[in-house]
Amino acid sequence: MLYRKLLKMSDKSYDYRAPAFGHRKRGTEWHYRHPLYGSAVFLTLFAFFIGCGVPNNPYPKSEQNKQIYYSTFDEEPKHFDPAVAYSSDEYNFIQQIYEPPVQYHYLKRPYELIPLTAEAVPQPLYLDASGLKLPPDTPAESVARAIYDIRIRPGIMYQPHPCFAKTEDGEWRYRNLIKADVKGFTEIKDFEMTGTRELIAADYVYQIKRMADPNVSCPIFSTLKNYILGMETYSAALAKGQEDAPFPGVEVVDRYTYRVILKEKYPQFVYWLAMPFFSPMPQEAIDFYKQPVLKERNIVIDRFPVGTGPYRIETLAPNKEIVLVKNENFRIERYPSSGESGDREAGLLADAWEIIPFVPKAVYKLEKEYIPRWNKFLQGYYDTSGISSDTFDSAITFSDAGDASASEALKAKSIVLRTSVSPTTVYLAFNMLDDTVGGYTEAKQKLRQAISIVLDYEEYIEIFLNGRGVASQSPIPPGIFGYEEGEVGMNPYVYHWHAATSRPIRKSVDTARRLLAEAGYPGGQDSKGNPLILHFDNAWTSAGATSILTWIRNRLDELGITMQSRTTDYNRFRDKVKNANFQIISWGWHADYPDAENFLFLLYGPNSRATHGGENTANYDNPAYNRLFEKIKNMENSPERLTLIREMKDILQRDAPWVFTYHPVSFGLAHEWVKNSKPRGLGGGTLKYLRIDASERVQSRQAWNQPVIWPIWACVGFLILGTIPAVITIWKRERGTG
Amino acid sequence: MLTYIIRRIFYAIPILIGVNLIVFFLFFVVNSPDQMARTILGEKNITQEDVDNWKRQNGYHLPLFLNQEESGGARFTQTTFFQKSVRLFLFDFGTSDANNIDITSQISQRMWASFAIALPTFLIGLLVNITISMIVAYYRATYVDFWGTIVAVIIMSISQLFYIIGGQWVFGKMLRLFPISGYDSGANMLKFVILPVIIGILSGIGGGIRFYRTIFLEEVNRDYVRTARAKGLSETVVLFKHALKNAMIPILTNVVLAIPFLFMGSLVMEAFFAIPGLGGFMIDAIQAQDFAIVRSMVYLGSVLYIIGFLLTDISYTLVDPRIRFD
Repeated sequence: MLYRKLLKMSDKSYDYRAPAFGHRKRGTEWHYRHPLYGSAVFLTLFAFFIGCGVPNNPYPKSEQNKQIYYSTFDEEPKHFDPAVAYSSDEYNFIQQIYEPPVQYHYLKRPYELIPLTAEAVPQPLYLDASGLKLPPDTPAESVARAIYDIRIRPGIMYQPHPCFAKTEDGEWRYRNLIKADVKGFTEIKDFEMTGTRELIAADYVYQIKRMADPNVSCPIFSTLKNYILGMETYSAALAKGQEDAPFPGVEVVDRYTYRVILKEKYPQFVYWLAMPFFSPMPQEAIDFYKQPVLKERNIVIDRFPVGTGPYRIETLAPNKEIVLVKNENFRIERYPSSGESGDREAGLLADAWEIIPFVPKAVYKLEKEYIPRWNKFLQGYYDTSGISSDTFDSAITFSDAGDASASEALKAKSIVLRTSVSPTTVYLAFNMLDDTVGGYTEAKQKLRQAISIVLDYEEYIEIFLNGRGVASQSPIPPGIFGYEEGEVGMNPYVYHWHAATSRPIRKSVDTARRLLAEAGYPGGQDSKGNPLILHFDNAWTSAGATSILTWIRNRLDELGITMQSRTTDYNRFRDKVKNANFQIISWGWHADYPDAENFLFLLYGPNSRATHGGENTANYDNPAYNRLFEKIKNMENSPERLTLIREMKDILQRDAPWVFTYHPVSFGLAHEWVKNSKPRGLGGGTLKYLRIDASERVQSRQAWNQPVIWPIWACVGFLILGTIPAVITIWKRERGTG
Repeated sequence: MLTYIIRRIFYAIPILIGVNLIVFFLFFVVNSPDQMARTILGEKNITQEDVDNWKRQNGYHLPLFLNQEESGGARFTQTTFFQKSVRLFLFDFGTSDANNIDITSQISQRMWASFAIALPTFLIGLLVNITISMIVAYYRATYVDFWGTIVAVIIMSISQLFYIIGGQWVFGKMLRLFPISGYDSGANMLKFVILPVIIGILSGIGGGIRFYRTIFLEEVNRDYVRTARAKGLSETVVLFKHALKNAMIPILTNVVLAIPFLFMGSLVMEAFFAIPGLGGFMIDAIQAQDFAIVRSMVYLGSVLYIIGFLLTDISYTLVDPRIRFD
């Protein structure tokens, strides 16, 4: 009726017809179209959209049956130059592309070095001051030079890359480029021609020289210059523009062999050789990328790697996705045939001796937020996932024995849980330069021991980490030489050994109170009756930090100690640490390499943060400890070294410059179709070992993601029903006034 | 009009200098170049030598505002502020501090992703908001108006985050109708855009209805509306023909001013839907203490704001013949 009435209005002479419901103007005429026409079109399109298979699939249909590994990253990687990159966000990618001479065994624990491009793990040759050869067990003070001859395997080829492309005349195809040559280019794949060449020893030497270049800003230069002969002098010469300056610490021996000469015995150097810093860099790549027209287009070595590894970058859009594809020139490499106990039962040796990599393509999507990432993992759109505290309870269950496993809901989806202790130590550092908590007297030791006892990190791990941690007894985490389980590895100043259960039990609060009283603070008050107030400096600005601070405060309250939290932004916090303007802070360290030295150096006096700018944030400086450290740092692992490490740990446990808190345990989930997945805390480049069962994945995705449409139709129905009273009202009003 | 536009452009110059100065001052009150360097270089094994080297390479080794070691004009030009600011006025944003990527190319790439979400959200949202608010105004002083206003206030009161997480949960996880997050170019973009657009519209609907309802109610109480009713025109015609046209000035003020910012992106929406837009670009830069990007984005925002105001003024003359530039 309403429409008829409005149509009637259109016959009138004044032009008030345009807004009438359902009318469209064609030429000078108004035509009626039912108001639900638009909705019908929308619903038709919607039905078509739903009909196109699984509508929530974020990937193209063409990828459905392909062996593609799907994963995520939550921070945009900033550097792909192996001389600069130093964060896990960056290592996730470049370790699939660049190949240092050695790598860690994929399956074996403790971590074991094996050759990658090298023919063998290099063994040092020690020389004395007169150039005479010394046996391997020579004390460090007798060694004047340590020589590493690294022989790489012949026949290793670089990935296809335009930096190697040559014309038929043998000239470089992409040199002296002008703007017109690269118009519209944004990625390496925009270059038509590519080339390759064999990996040679000179490429490794060139990369080590790059690390000394001040313009490259290599983050480990300050460490390496102390070891590699002539590196500092060479760097200074480069700063003055003397590119031909000598660098006696590295040299090419022959086409496949290069030599690195150290100024002293440094057995840990071989671990550095497993890091991407020591990957080869062809000079052609640098010559190619240094062209100004490429720099203007952000086509630089820091974004587009040139490696020999199993993968190369196909798509680089760090703000959205990074796609790796198999390096066509990758040599034949095989899956490991041995591992640690339990690997065979876990199916991790099923692919032994198979040629790797298995997965021809890997797609990494930027997902900054955990919730969508987790939901997409549950839908089968990501192959692996971590677990946040928010979803921990629904994802993980613990047996009576305390063993973690995937929850029933996850098991129903055949999701597998893998755990591993991270080579990381988290600690609370006392500022040893502070008048109250610092110092080396017995009273100060007892004060710190009392605090160490009362801060019950077993409880902390349960409450705040959902059990994902191992309470630490010393700086050295499990899996590193020097870590010991049982009574021998226990911190006797904080725990006592419970023989019945064969595990350490934290000492009582009464013990802590007694120690505090002996330290001169009975009941948490000094001799004048003033309460002991300690400041906990932190940069914990998130909402979740409040409960942690409350926990620390409550624990210290048990001793009568008042804890005041001083929360600042990270810049201020870092300045406080640098200037030793704090009493207690929380800090952590992730290993560069699996050696005790990489943890014990965190308390070496000459590494003090305040006085030397080093990593010793507690500013701990005990001469006895320093002497022992200087001994063990250049020793090979041996019973003698273990004895010295025990002595060092004992000194630390007694002095208590840290509250030894915990070593994190990482929990990773993987769908059943991801084969050979084993978490590894050190070294990367593990993508080459993974295998995907694409058909199983397709079936699971189809089963889990069928759309549910009826609520949409219900909503449409309710909408239509809801409009009826409104339409009636309009009709009545119009009839009343029209 | 041309004279007016030129005059407004000249007015913009001191505003932009002021904005630049304030951003520079605020940034370096909170951060020092040393802290920037340490954040960008990372935590491990960084020495003061590395920090000094980074500052030299990135042009932060000069004094901030006044170089006492220089004489004459060089005291002001040989400073970080001058060296970093002058190029901005030529729209040369340079490269980022963290990884030397070209900022202009990043902005030109990312703004389309932001635009792909913001434009449909804005246009459809505008249409929906105006339509619903007109309906509410039509039913003024009835239960529709009463409950419509209450629902609008409730919608306004809920955080956008709730709509995002709830929308992803309902449409992406439970109903499995759309991808939970992601982005693609070309035709594939559509399936990723629908859900954020729906959520964007829903979350903005409360404020929109309240705003436009007020405008329409103000209009329907004016004399010309009374005259139109006295002529015997129906309420529909009065509202859709007369009131809507006269309500265009406040609507335009709101709309035209918003258009330039469609390119700037939404931080929360982009983060949760993994959209590679400018909102995320800006927040990442703030977290990474990448001053080059922060100042470029603030500068660009200021320029767009000025353009927005200029367009608003020009649009007034188009909808209201009483307004003239002279």
